[in-house]
Amino acid sequence: MAFFIAFIYSNNKFTTSPLLLSLQIEMTNISDKYETVIGLEIHAQLQTQTKLFCGDSIAFGAAPNTHVSPITLGHPGTLPKTNKVAVAYAIKMGLACNCKIERDNYFARKNYFYPDLPKGYQISQHTTPICVGGYVTINTSTGQKNIELNRIHIEEDAGKSMHDLDEQFTCIDLNRAGTPLIEIVTEPCIHSSDEAFEYVSEARRLVQWIGVCDGNMEEGSLRCDANISIRLKGATTLGTRVEVKNLNSIRNVKKAIEFEVQRMIEIVENGGTIIQQTRSFDASNDTTFSIRDKEDANDYRYFADPDLAPFHLTESFIEDIRKSLPALPLQLIQQFQQSFGLTIYDANNLCADTATAEYFLEVSRYSTHYKAIANWMLGPIKQQLNETAKDFSTLLLLPQTLAELIAIVEAGKVNFSVASYKILPELLNGNNSPLAIAEAMNLLQVSDTKELERWIDEALEGMPDKVAEYKRGKKGLIGLFVGEIKKISKGKADPKMVTTLLQEKLK
Amino acid sequence: MEVTEQLVDKLAHLSRLRFSADEKIAIKNDLQNMIGFVQKLNEVDTTGVQPLLHMGDANNVFRADELKGSVTREAALANAPIPDNQFFKVPKVIKK
Repeated sequence: MAFFIAFIYSNNKFTTSPLLLSLQIEMTNISDKYETVIGLEIHAQLQTQTKLFCGDSIAFGAAPNTHVSPITLGHPGTLPKTNKVAVAYAIKMGLACNCKIERDNYFARKNYFYPDLPKGYQISQHTTPICVGGYVTINTSTGQKNIELNRIHIEEDAGKSMHDLDEQFTCIDLNRAGTPLIEIVTEPCIHSSDEAFEYVSEARRLVQWIGVCDGNMEEGSLRCDANISIRLKGATTLGTRVEVKNLNSIRNVKKAIEFEVQRMIEIVENGGTIIQQTRSFDASNDTTFSIRDKEDANDYRYFADPDLAPFHLTESFIEDIRKSLPALPLQLIQQFQQSFGLTIYDANNLCADTATAEYFLEVSRYSTHYKAIANWMLGPIKQQLNETAKDFSTLLLLPQTLAELIAIVEAGKVNFSVASYKILPELLNGNNSPLAIAEAMNLLQVSDTKELERWIDEALEGMPDKVAEYKRGKKGLIGLFVGEIKKISKGKADPKMVTTLLQEKLK
Repeated sequence: MEVTEQLVDKLAHLSRLRFSADEKIAIKNDLQNMIGFVQKLNEVDTTGVQPLLHMGDANNVFRADELKGSVTREAALANAPIPDNQFFKVPKVIKK
């Protein structure tokens, strides 16, 4: 039984064998008995120039152990000093998430031994976070939902251990050690893998949007751990939780939760007990595996770091940061819907990042065809940008030039597909006169009746049987005729006029 | 608070220290004395007194976000017990 269930859930594309189907239905009913409870921890590297407590660069990809100072290396006699920008960035994220900002702060030492932690302790605010409470609003299939935050705190990153570079040893690179992080911790209030996916997407958009983290999950600038448990619906106590680490993409967050929930349900349904574990996600087969059982001596002995003075935040410092916040994605998405009549889908995609949103706003100053701007930006232009791995901030196409292109398409001077396949590539290379390109390439639509009639006649002569069918009442064939005329005219025939002329002619 | 042998073992493990049987007895007595000394404070009524976390008056000591202070890799690795020109090398943490 368990084997079959596992099989079904690891293969979404199974055939409709009646046995499997009935098992699937049974399994769905079993899943319905349980509620999933998820809390997420996101570690986001702050986009400062230097580390949290010293002046080493935090740039990714440098040669191993070249961004290190005696402070990073934990040498005796060195003293850390807090990076003010890192503190400001943490507050900025707190304000963007509606958190309460703690005025009186200090750093504590979290003591544990690991080779990539040179001092033998991590400097953290684990017990006294700079941001308390707050929430991140996500869109779900049933409307908006606030994912409540427990806290956001500042801490330093550890170095990097590589276990497979050397036969005999683990190799340590301390470039990353001391990089400033914020840890964003939710309450256990996420109830599905889809909600988790939306939350991580939104949190990632937010840190990028306000410019505190580049959000690059592949390079580890943004990392996510998930605390997952299940309980019977209606239960008020939390089930035993499992922590899944190593989730280096938003898709993997979703996959890991799906796998883990199913694994837990199977254990409980088979009369077993879930043990508290730390597990890791294996992206090669979308499963998780145990890396350690409940830590027996998980005693970090936190205490205030005597090397670092406490810091007290003034109202004016916090207010200055509040004023520096841009309009947040959710506000802008609403504005795009209300002011420009866009769908939530378009508005959301236009607010994927600040560069896209700003570009849209810029074009909207030159054109009131808002839906067309969205279509151009999210269609052919976005496609081009994806192919070249670029974004709207580096686009050679000027906003007013796009507005001009939209104007000539909307006026019927060139059709959309000709404009996107022939004119747009020229504009993306920096040419900024769409009309001149259309003229030079002979792309302007012909609305001269004589020329259109010539193309119409040519098309209809080529398919007399279809014409006869049309006349017998198969009116849908008109699309075929228009398409043929488009082909003959190489896209220059104005389709509206062609349709009118055709209807006349075939009466 | 009584310092037991069990507590000494736990602290030794957390500190990655190893004591011989004789040392264990000595450290146990030392710890018991230290705790007894600090426990004296329990005799004072500290209701409403904020814990003193930092000894100095300094606060809000920040630095600007400016690059400085890194050393060469050669210097960084100079004192490492296992010589290498790129990495700090330690016994295998995870065997693959």
